[in-house]
Amino acid sequence: MPRVLLIEDDPSVREGVELGLRRRGHDVRAAATGEAGLAAMAEFRPDLLLLDLMLPGMNGVQVCRQVRESSQLPIIMLTARGDDFDVVIGLEAGADDYIVKPARTEVIEARIRAVLRRLVDSGPGRSALETHGELTIDRVGLTVTKAGRPLALAPSELKLLLHLSSAPEQVFSRQQLLEHVWEHSYHADARLVDACVARLRGKIEDEVGRPRYVQTLRGFGYRFGPL
Amino acid sequence: MIPGSLRARAFGLRTRLLLAFLVVAAVSAGTTAALTYREARNAVLQTAQDTAVSSFRDQVQQTAFGLPLQGPEGLEDLLRSIARRGRPHPWVVFAEYGSVRASSGENRESTVITPELRRAARANPRGSFQRVVKDGTPYLTMAMPTVARFGPDTSVPSGVIMYAVMPMTDEQVNVEALMLAARDGALPGLVIALIPGLIAARSVLRPVRELRKAARSMGSGQLDTRIKVRGSDELADLARTFNESAARLERTVGELREAGERARRFASDVSHELRTPLAGMLAVTEVLDEDADHLDADTARAVRLVSAETGKLAVLVEDLIEISRFDARAADLNTDEVDVAEAIRKTLLSRHWTDGRVVTELPDGIRARLDPRRFDLVIANLVGNALRHGEAPVTVRLTAPEEKALILEVTDSGPGIHPDVLPHIFDRFYKADAARTRSAGSGLGLAITQENVKLHGGTITAGNRAGGGAVFTVVIPLHAEGAGG
Repeated sequence: MPRVLLIEDDPSVREGVELGLRRRGHDVRAAATGEAGLAAMAEFRPDLLLLDLMLPGMNGVQVCRQVRESSQLPIIMLTARGDDFDVVIGLEAGADDYIVKPARTEVIEARIRAVLRRLVDSGPGRSALETHGELTIDRVGLTVTKAGRPLALAPSELKLLLHLSSAPEQVFSRQQLLEHVWEHSYHADARLVDACVARLRGKIEDEVGRPRYVQTLRGFGYRFGPL
Repeated sequence: MIPGSLRARAFGLRTRLLLAFLVVAAVSAGTTAALTYREARNAVLQTAQDTAVSSFRDQVQQTAFGLPLQGPEGLEDLLRSIARRGRPHPWVVFAEYGSVRASSGENRESTVITPELRRAARANPRGSFQRVVKDGTPYLTMAMPTVARFGPDTSVPSGVIMYAVMPMTDEQVNVEALMLAARDGALPGLVIALIPGLIAARSVLRPVRELRKAARSMGSGQLDTRIKVRGSDELADLARTFNESAARLERTVGELREAGERARRFASDVSHELRTPLAGMLAVTEVLDEDADHLDADTARAVRLVSAETGKLAVLVEDLIEISRFDARAADLNTDEVDVAEAIRKTLLSRHWTDGRVVTELPDGIRARLDPRRFDLVIANLVGNALRHGEAPVTVRLTAPEEKALILEVTDSGPGIHPDVLPHIFDRFYKADAARTRSAGSGLGLAITQENVKLHGGTITAGNRAGGGAVFTVVIPLHAEGAGG
């Protein structure tokens, strides 16, 4: 069972979520502040970070940025609709997904599973290594290199790239990507996709303003290539 | 501004003021001119007349007639000499004696002399005169009975009556010149009267115009509108009154707004405060549900009740927060271009309304910029509402006539909505029946639905079908301008 680090300042939410997840078999470590959470990281070595955006002192977005500096740990933000912190800012800082509070444990767990799920189907008969321009994608080892240099992609970025590149030149609507990459409902917030695309482009494109690999089709969605 | 109000109105204040000024000016100028004209005309005519009459009298008195008259021949020379001495203009002199007629002119008998003058001449020995207009020419006709003198003190009427006819053409010309002068004096007077008229109209109209502008600005919500008060006339009083009323109105509206704002903020604050403990509670409801089976019956019921109501409370609080965001105009639209039919199908699928209770008519290919989350809420709420309060089957029909707007009809097969309820169907927490128990919804569902539709620039209406069954119709314009991207 995954090891979950929960950073949440409100005691009742912290306790409730911790209790709910532990009952479902997760190994949960809870921290009340961003600083305490970051301190616990090295020792606890979590598989996933559940991060409240509204924290006293160091806020969730800052924690998110600091984690991303050294690790591609899956991060799910806890946010309330209408919070001062826009979900987009958290997503731009590198979070992979978000959960709107209040949420039932089953919803939280479903999100955790979705983020941690590996894209297993690399497609039968498909070679593990694919080369698209300067990008080399290893669908089995789940690594991506650009001109021989390994790229550090967060889980959502990697999944998005694998999904798009599995069908080059095919257009995916943002709703389709939400359903397939994030396992969200069709009607979820499509800004999740946009933020992830922006982050991915920052890592794989030569010029972010003129993307080659992940292209936008206005009004329809995104596609991989053509190169 | 309404274009029509800019045009000079047929009987607007300006026109009326100008007309009044013109009438006053016309009456005074006209009266003055008419009086002057009359007096001057009389003076001109009187002078000519007096001169003529007295000179004629002198001439006649100085003339001696030899009586009895033998015939007109010798007389005519006499008449001609009188006529030559006529003043102020030459006369034509006639003499009548019994049946004898003589004249200084060509006709022996005048066509101008009237029978009245002849009668007057015989009655008045000092002579008579009459002004006659014949063929457009004015004449002064005079009659003078002559006397026969017998010594210095005795005289008897001789029976000879002298007549003189003097054309008054020169006087006519003079009088006409007078009339022209009077008219030419009066007309510029009228034109000049327009200037003070315009100034007066302006001085009245400017404050009126400012007042109108200010009133309109107040009406459009600019409650801090004030008028600059000039002078101390009635219009200044009006402006002052307007300003005072505007200040009072502004204060009252401000207080009301503040009260409303306080109420909204309170609702929003309460909801947010409730959300945090609820988040903790909701996370553990599962624990309660799972363990309820191992508890004794009463405890299990209590635990299940707490768990179920926690869920409802969470929905209610989220709905309250949502509606308070609408009230604070903080609700934002995250639009995306979607296939509308697909979006509706996904909503029905995620709510598991696929068992035949919901019938759909969803033509493919209708694309629209919508906020998928909000659109999902609209569909889910209308269909859920129809299933809960109406009866299955529920029909969801999508059309897009002329690709101008998408029209969505959600119809149920129940008894329809009571006419008394219909006007309040979108009200918050409206209970159709005072005794009705709390339904599964928060009581805010349709209110939120309406706000979500409005946020898309659309409208939602509720009604009943002719054959029974409630129908909710959502109209959202396609390619709406200003819809956020």
